[in-house]
Amino acid sequence: MLQIIWLLFCREWRLAWRRPGQLLNPLVFFAIVISLFPLAVGPEPSMLRTMAPGVIWVAALLATLLSLDGLFRSDYEDGSLEQWVLSPHPLSLMVLVKVLHHWMVCGLALVVLSPLFGLMLSLPVKVLPALVLSLLLGTPVLSLLGAVGAALTVGLKSGGVLLALLILPLYIPVLILGTGAVEAALQGLPVAGYALWLGCLAVLALSLSPVAIAAGLRIGVSE
Amino acid sequence: MKSQPVDIRQLACERDQRELFEDLSLHLEPGDVLQVAGPNGSGKTSLLRILAGLLPAAAGDVRYGEDSIFVGAGRDLWRQNRLYIGHAPAVKGALSAEENLSWLCALSKPVSRELIWQALQRVGLHGFEDVPCDHLSAGQQRRVALARLYLEVHPVWILDEPFTAIDRGGVSTLEAHVMAHAASGGIVVLTTHHSLDHLSGLRCLDLGQVT
Repeated sequence: MLQIIWLLFCREWRLAWRRPGQLLNPLVFFAIVISLFPLAVGPEPSMLRTMAPGVIWVAALLATLLSLDGLFRSDYEDGSLEQWVLSPHPLSLMVLVKVLHHWMVCGLALVVLSPLFGLMLSLPVKVLPALVLSLLLGTPVLSLLGAVGAALTVGLKSGGVLLALLILPLYIPVLILGTGAVEAALQGLPVAGYALWLGCLAVLALSLSPVAIAAGLRIGVSE
Repeated sequence: MKSQPVDIRQLACERDQRELFEDLSLHLEPGDVLQVAGPNGSGKTSLLRILAGLLPAAAGDVRYGEDSIFVGAGRDLWRQNRLYIGHAPAVKGALSAEENLSWLCALSKPVSRELIWQALQRVGLHGFEDVPCDHLSAGQQRRVALARLYLEVHPVWILDEPFTAIDRGGVSTLEAHVMAHAASGGIVVLTTHHSLDHLSGLRCLDLGQVT
């Protein structure tokens, strides 16, 4: 069981490494959206500071959504997914590994880069830990929930818009809690409450969504 | 590895509210090679996908030995005993032939690198082990997928159009391998538009006449 997890991880790394463009796309999108904001609304630090939590979180959310659309599509089209479904190993475990890998190369990169963009939007340094923490807890939820949508739309030729419609309502609590945490930190209030709620959502998504993703993929493959 | 008998009982298949076949009963003993024939759209691929466990049957049952392949312990046993190679060869263009095979085999049971190289040699891909599959021709990619037939030890093979894009020499090697597998007690179910009349002991199911 551990062996198949490790082999799958190696396979995903190899695939990602040989197609670096797909990895960079969400990061570049994130960077572009955030760097356009000061240009559009003006360089006033106080205004940028009030907008920063929302802008960074919305950009992270959309970047994740953008990258998830094709998460299972290439495996679906070349028949790999059929072989996964037919394998004696539990499908939910394999998709969990795949989604976690995707989060590590996409979500984690956003988390690591976020302090830089926080400074760019003139967030005070003392707020940055709250920003990183909220993204660290929130982006796995975005990836896992988005993967449910990606699994359900895997058989559709252009599932992008449908994926957004399906998944955005589920993203709203994460967005509210995430920006809430950063705003609380901006006003010098404790962020523990928000962080705990985000942690709850992360645990919930981690335990339930693999089952939903696997079920969605089974439906997609049997079409 | 010897197979248990496969018993198809009153199987029916429906796609988009259209009945492809119904009341299909068939008994396969170890050593049987079944060619599923029929015109396009007659349900050949659907039958194979039902047998593989990818598609739910509209009615009927399939038994492997004593147990149904659709539920419980019978399903787990079936998953370890059948090999399905579909239309899409499940070969990743960014990975080399060796990497593809090592992952596909690991899905059931990991195999060593030496065995993979031997299998690639047997399907005529000696010297292409490290080449990304993007750079291989369609026939060569199909050969990569079919190299699994030399690596894995499943007694029941379900092959959807295995000869597509394969040259004449490759087809006859593959036919010999299929017959050898059957002779050693395995079961093979395949669809193809190639004529297999010259093979002795081949059974044929014509889905065009069932409905």
